[in-house]
Amino acid sequence: MKKVIYLLIFLLCVQRSVAADVIDGVARKQPVNFTAISMFVLFVVGTLFITYWASKRTKSAKDFYAAGGNITGFQNGLAIAGDYMSAASFLGISALVFASGFDGLIYSIGFLVGWPIILFLIAERLRNLGKYTFADVASYRLKQKPIRSLSAIGSLMVVLIYLIAQMVGAGKLIQLLFGLDYNTAVMGVGLLMILYVTFGGMLATTWVQIIKAVMLLSGATFMAFMVLKMFSFSFEALFVKAVEVHENGIDIMAPGGFISNPIDAISLGLALMFGTAGLPHILMRFFTVSDAKEARKSVFYATGFIGYFYILTFVIGFGAIVLVSTNPEFLDPIGGLLGGNNMSAIHLAKAVGGDIFLGFISAVAFATILAVVSGLTLAGASAVSHDLYANVFKKGKSNEKNEIRVSKITTVILGLIAISLGILFEKQNIAYMVGLAFAIAASTNFPVLFLSMFWRGLTTRGALIGGSLGLFTSVILVVLGPIVWVDILGNTDPIFPSIYPAIYSISLAFLATWFFSVTDKSINAVEEKSRFDKQFVRSMTGIGAEGSNSH
Amino acid sequence: MLISDRYSSIQKNPKFQKLVKRKNTFSWFLTAIILIVYFAFILIIAFYPKFLGIPVAEGMVTTIGIPMGLFIIIFSIILTGVYVRRVNGEFDKLTREIIEESLK
Repeated sequence: MKKVIYLLIFLLCVQRSVAADVIDGVARKQPVNFTAISMFVLFVVGTLFITYWASKRTKSAKDFYAAGGNITGFQNGLAIAGDYMSAASFLGISALVFASGFDGLIYSIGFLVGWPIILFLIAERLRNLGKYTFADVASYRLKQKPIRSLSAIGSLMVVLIYLIAQMVGAGKLIQLLFGLDYNTAVMGVGLLMILYVTFGGMLATTWVQIIKAVMLLSGATFMAFMVLKMFSFSFEALFVKAVEVHENGIDIMAPGGFISNPIDAISLGLALMFGTAGLPHILMRFFTVSDAKEARKSVFYATGFIGYFYILTFVIGFGAIVLVSTNPEFLDPIGGLLGGNNMSAIHLAKAVGGDIFLGFISAVAFATILAVVSGLTLAGASAVSHDLYANVFKKGKSNEKNEIRVSKITTVILGLIAISLGILFEKQNIAYMVGLAFAIAASTNFPVLFLSMFWRGLTTRGALIGGSLGLFTSVILVVLGPIVWVDILGNTDPIFPSIYPAIYSISLAFLATWFFSVTDKSINAVEEKSRFDKQFVRSMTGIGAEGSNSH
Repeated sequence: MLISDRYSSIQKNPKFQKLVKRKNTFSWFLTAIILIVYFAFILIIAFYPKFLGIPVAEGMVTTIGIPMGLFIIIFSIILTGVYVRRVNGEFDKLTREIIEESLK
């Protein structure tokens, strides 16, 4: 209690000094947008109250990791959609549409079609078998130590790369909006996120996510509505105008630009589709609902909200081509977009709704980043505390109090790492960064999780070697690829030519898992296979599932 | 009754075998549909991107790719709705019966 009051006072101070910086910064760059600042402050104060409320209800490990298991299917659907409709996808996909038209839709579709797969194959089994993290499921009948370590490392890699994308988006957004220094902005986001997660756990993180999802959907709906209204609700009229003003002309109506060859196209498709089923912060959300029935409902609502949102971003991107790229107010002296292409949706907000709506959308985009980084960090912290500390290091014999404490310490450390990486990766395109996180999720977490639920023959040896190879390959290929090897490390030519490694790393992960499982003749392997039947009955019926009523 | 005994008794229940068969057929059928639709789209992008650039009608700017893309999004939503409706209704009823029988 005292801690929380101290926290609030502390935050008010931070708030005041941030506000002071904002005014100084803005004086240099652009006029102070009081609407944006007050809306943002309102959001922060509101969410801190939620965090305070949640902190009083967060006592056990189940409260901290899974919001007590009391979230409804509808609420969880909104929260999942919130996790997924990150700033990277809102700003990044509208920027892709803005820059190359149709190509943005390819990304959107890839992001969406992972959801039906998760529903048909993963969601309910995950809910029936797991407790707090997907590693609970992956290691259900295998050896705890190696499998949990592998899953935790996979989770942390995905979390860190995804965090970079979010932090970069946050820094640029605040820089543009408030005229704040990029580094200060990134630090502010990191700090607020640490507060939400350490004090409010999953309950606060979920409600911050729900509120933000509603705000984002409303804001995006308004923007798309205003754009379409301008063209009497005719897509054709919108496209005609966009083709007329865009430098690539009619080419924006067909696939082009960023996917240059067939292998890249398939590789990106695989990463997006199966990556979703391997994202730790998304998988974790299935443990916040009471049973498999609610888990299924949450995917249906989430798919609906996300699909609707992607249709909106498509309209928003085209709206920005027409209304933003033609308006000198939003352009820098050499004709580029102020703040870069990632700001196209933000500029469009001003174009269709003036300063007040710009303030609203900026506050929403900022809220989005805060909510998503909180969810990510909680997933990363759980991997460390629940998987590594409680089950690997303490072999399942730790007490809840210590486990939660480790989780909170990890949150602080992850927050600091996220801030440093956010600063290091300032110049990267954030949509590609998300693509990389998906490649790792699809090649490490997904194969092990999927095979553990569906294939009797999976053994610890197979899962460990296959999953590690998937992780290793995807990371190495990314490091040797054009983005890290050339853009960041400054070499002239990439060793691996493509930025989409998934097709190689996923295939290798599945093949190696299969091969090293079928050739595993140990006694352990026989026992692991024999445990499959019971696991299967539980995954189908939910008997014995965490928090189930069917005793 | 021990929980592991319940698992074995359920596994022998013909109703459970029926549930598994029906549910698996249903989930894998829907999975196959979404995979086919999506990878058809991706393969068109990979090997015949010009197809998606054909106007939907003579003299129009809107290309075939646009309605096709929107269709995949809406189709995905509908498919999840179909799954949830059937599994939360028909299959869950069967699951409850199996669970109750395992308690006898």
